[in-house]
Amino acid sequence: MSTPLSIVVVEKDRDRAMLIVDGLRDAGDFDVFVIGDDVGLARKIAQRNPDLVLIDAGNPSRDALEELTLATAPMDRPVAMFVDKTDGAMTRAAIEAGMSAYVVDGLKPDRLKPILDAAIARFHMVQKMRAELAETRRALEERKIIDRAKGILMRAKGIDEEEAYARMRKTAMDQGRRVADVAQALVLAAEMLK
Amino acid sequence: MTATLRAGFVPLVDAAPLIIADAMGFAGEEGLHLNLTAAPSWAALRDMLAAGQVDAAQMLAPVPVALSLGLGGAAARFEALSVMNMNGNVLGVSRNLAARMQANGWGFDFTDARSAGLAMVKAVEQRLHIGVPFLFSMHLELVTYWLDGLGVRLPKDLQIVAVPPARMADALAQGEIDAFCVGEPHGSVAVDKGQGVLLLPGSAIWAFAPEKVLAARTGWADAEPDLAGRLIRAVWRAGRWLMAPQNRVTASDVLAAPERLNMAAELIERSLTGRLVIAPDGAERFVPGFIEFHAGAASFPWRSQAAWMGMRLARRYGLDQSASIAAARAVFRCDLHRLHLRQTGADLPGASEKVEGSLTQPCAVASERGKLILPIDRFFDAKIFDPANPTR
Repeated sequence: MSTPLSIVVVEKDRDRAMLIVDGLRDAGDFDVFVIGDDVGLARKIAQRNPDLVLIDAGNPSRDALEELTLATAPMDRPVAMFVDKTDGAMTRAAIEAGMSAYVVDGLKPDRLKPILDAAIARFHMVQKMRAELAETRRALEERKIIDRAKGILMRAKGIDEEEAYARMRKTAMDQGRRVADVAQALVLAAEMLK
Repeated sequence: MTATLRAGFVPLVDAAPLIIADAMGFAGEEGLHLNLTAAPSWAALRDMLAAGQVDAAQMLAPVPVALSLGLGGAAARFEALSVMNMNGNVLGVSRNLAARMQANGWGFDFTDARSAGLAMVKAVEQRLHIGVPFLFSMHLELVTYWLDGLGVRLPKDLQIVAVPPARMADALAQGEIDAFCVGEPHGSVAVDKGQGVLLLPGSAIWAFAPEKVLAARTGWADAEPDLAGRLIRAVWRAGRWLMAPQNRVTASDVLAAPERLNMAAELIERSLTGRLVIAPDGAERFVPGFIEFHAGAASFPWRSQAAWMGMRLARRYGLDQSASIAAARAVFRCDLHRLHLRQTGADLPGASEKVEGSLTQPCAVASERGKLILPIDRFFDAKIFDPANPTR
């Protein structure tokens, strides 16, 4: 039996990292190592000397990993970027999932495919969770602003909450803007007029 | 008929021509709807362009050259349709290193690359780790050209490491790096965070260095001449608008927006006006032409610029020099640039190559309208690069 492939996952968030690691474990027997801190990233990866590096495509520290693609850089064996080594469909799938992979040259595609399939699936989940979280946060923020704007209108015009919301909605429709944007403008104007 | 084009940028001051082309209506005038995406890193933007998620992108000038030499991982091939800006980088040192240089009597004149470099090397004890944003970048080329040209023994532990621009200040704070070369506004950010002192503008090393280009996949602009023409013209007009001093405050505000640079307009304005705060104590230096989007045919992708980068990369990676220079030349598409700007009144050079570094005074040259003046383009060590006879 050959030794298991070693994979480094670069991910700050512990929960997300675990999600990806679990996905990889389901796909086979791999030696998975998580790096959660961007300090000296390329050096840390070079020390592990893995067969494969998986990193969030949105991580700005990706640029620091480019040296792994150069044969002369810290790793003494050549590494190639994912986009070099696999078919176009796989590349597109990875990009859509927000995942980048650095693959050691010479790793056979048939060994690679199940790992990347599993990783891509997990990155999709991570991306979805992240989008949902951002959306929830945004909705909460907007809720707060709309409430403040309603309060301002109620006090200024002596009207009730329902009427205040109706006016904002009407303005939004007339202006072709979102209620949250109208509320934001109102809050800003009120602050300046204070 | 309005056409839509997807384009990518990295949130930096020198993404301005693309952002302004969209925001100030220059793309609209061409019947072009620009769908702009901010990318988190150069590697990500390169992959987006390679995979067709965008059709054009702001790109570090050496990236298309490196790809043409088979360097840099991705199997893609890009070409440069325009130069988006000349210059615009700063070099800086950590507070520790700055203090040692000051103790030795260095005055931070922000002008003379040779004496600044000698002062820095002298103040280094053992280790000099220099952060640059990417391994294929003008930042790295400027730093290595500078250090090599000083003509002194360099520190034993000299390393150039890639650090994302947004992390530059933290990397200084955590002692990962001792110095850096980065595009604005990240040098100013390092100063404002109290972690860095600016030592030189990039232009002190090479007075007129191509910094970012407008890149597309090789063959795209030939296959889509109409779209490419609209894009090149819109970006060129945006560069012309950016040159006017009265537009710089507006430009700073436009760039500052959350979906663009997401930075204080005041920080962005420093580099656009050339008035840089170089130290946490507020010391200021003025650099005329700190970043240039238009004057002196700044947008023209000279084949000699590509040849210079090809020569540098060939030496670093042990490739055949003349083959590398030939491959590099071909990716700077001055032919397309000229063709698509013909109807705009742009005054472009008649030649496609020049001897880089030969101008120590602004110089009138043969051009399509006869009014083109090329600015000073000297290297700090006064060497020249003749693409027909490359020596250094």
